[in-house]
Amino acid sequence: MALIKLEALTKQFGGLVAVNQVDFEIEKGKITAIIGPNGAGKTTFFNLISGFHRPTSGTITFEGKDITKLPSYKVAKLGIARTFQTTHLFEKSSVIDNVIVGHRLRTKSNLFDAIFRTPREKREQKEAYEKAIEVLDFVGLVELANKPVATISQENKKRVAIALALATDPKIIFLDEPAAGINPDETDGLAKLMQRIVESGITVCTIEHKMQMIMGIADNILVLNHGAKIAEGTPDEIKNNPVVIEAYLGGDLVAEIN
Amino acid sequence: MSKVFNKRTGIFVLLALAIVFPLILGENRYVLHIMTLAFIYTIAIYGMNILAGYTGQLSLAHAGFFAIGAYGVGIFTTKFDLNFWVALVLSITITMVIGFALGLIALRTKEHFFAIYTLIAGYLIYLLIDKWENLTGGVRGLIGIPKPDPIGPLQFNSPVAMYYLVLFFLIVSIFVVVRIVYSLTGRTYVAIRNSEELAQTLGINTRINKLVSFVLSVGFAGLAGGLYAGLIRFLGPEIAGTTMVFTFLMYLVVGGLGTLAGPVIGTMLFIWLEQFLQGFQEHRMLIFGPILVLIVIFYPTGLVGAYYSIVNKIRNRRKNKHQPAAPVVVESSNIQSREV
Repeated sequence: MALIKLEALTKQFGGLVAVNQVDFEIEKGKITAIIGPNGAGKTTFFNLISGFHRPTSGTITFEGKDITKLPSYKVAKLGIARTFQTTHLFEKSSVIDNVIVGHRLRTKSNLFDAIFRTPREKREQKEAYEKAIEVLDFVGLVELANKPVATISQENKKRVAIALALATDPKIIFLDEPAAGINPDETDGLAKLMQRIVESGITVCTIEHKMQMIMGIADNILVLNHGAKIAEGTPDEIKNNPVVIEAYLGGDLVAEIN
Repeated sequence: MSKVFNKRTGIFVLLALAIVFPLILGENRYVLHIMTLAFIYTIAIYGMNILAGYTGQLSLAHAGFFAIGAYGVGIFTTKFDLNFWVALVLSITITMVIGFALGLIALRTKEHFFAIYTLIAGYLIYLLIDKWENLTGGVRGLIGIPKPDPIGPLQFNSPVAMYYLVLFFLIVSIFVVVRIVYSLTGRTYVAIRNSEELAQTLGINTRINKLVSFVLSVGFAGLAGGLYAGLIRFLGPEIAGTTMVFTFLMYLVVGGLGTLAGPVIGTMLFIWLEQFLQGFQEHRMLIFGPILVLIVIFYPTGLVGAYYSIVNKIRNRRKNKHQPAAPVVVESSNIQSREV
């Protein structure tokens, strides 16, 4: 069943067509990868789905509901979470303080509750805290909960960013280059984490440049080039697709992806 | 554990000091007046801190809203003969309504554009007060504002009574700010300050939250303005001026932007420095200027931030001495992250 369905999705920035007439379906409970050379429109693609940019034309459907025109905070509430290429975390603050706010969208306490410290505020604070501990435990960082983000490793920062996205109780999580800038061992760790996320019932969609990792874990791959979809399929299909090889290597050489 | 205890004792000591302060002074009315005024400014600066320090939106219309609160009380009491307290409540409401309307437009801009926009809005408020002579008295000012009316047996005729009245409002303000900072709403504001983009992907409606923070922030300014009218009992348009807003900002930045103690520390420091530097008159800026520059360069989170970073450094050094192999741990991270 398609969790997210995109039809003729297009985004133009002035004269530049960043995403061009893309039709695609993201399957529930699978790992979908989006690959493509630099500037292929992958991040724009994410920005469109998460409501940061409004598509020039085309539609985005999530669980049968049209979300094309929804602002990002509403998209998040429906259960679509994302991470950024650069982590955006608050470095001076502790890991747990960064993650607690992730559950904010599932709470209702307002200014009144804050000032009078109502039972609702207390209960929801507890919920948000417990959720933060739960997701930190899930990504394996619970021991670092009280350390400032500035003092933890790059890989762990990526994990915190994922934990933060998971704290929103999403149905699908979009990861924008989670393995960028980390070493091969750590990359394996992240791949395992992605598989565990899928096993826990959350669909994963990731942008990634590390082919070895993608080919190992993805169920379905979308290849973008110059904003357009040039291929789609299982890792094996993609590996042997001449159009993809040409886009990456600019010739008819056989790519040594493995 | 001991840290919490120390902090709590510290707060009680300060509170006790503030309460016995008029008793120690005896007949020194002048110092009492200065302290009362400093408390009023502190209330306004706490408002500024919610928006600029915690939500990350620097509004330079703050003095304008302070003036709206002050002139509101002044006009309602002198021209409409309203009770001071009714006038105060009305003025705060009006300040917040105007804040809401302005915020709706101003918050469409971001960062320095927002600062410039609000600076202009603040200046427009100043011009309006300065030119609308029938209502505000223009440059001649608004005179004859009555003292706050008595509440039951409580009279506010003496400077000591005014001092306690303002102290009461300051404590309530600090209490409200502390509650907000440690709440989910406070975390939401900090998330917006940290990264608006990230906050949006976390399902936070940044527009509404910034607007609420803005209205709350001007509410404090309105309250402070109203109390100012009751204390000084004469109002001139310069309280809405740009000098005023930059004075507030200087107190806040030096004390510690986005810290709980910052507004109190910054205001007290400058108010007293100013007293000692009376002889220099306008040249005192020659001393304030460099202080401000040094603080911004070395301690962007002000004196409170400086205090925490020094405490952390000492603690780490001690820790490293005991266990040389252990990694550097910032133990007070919890407290610091909330404060910074």
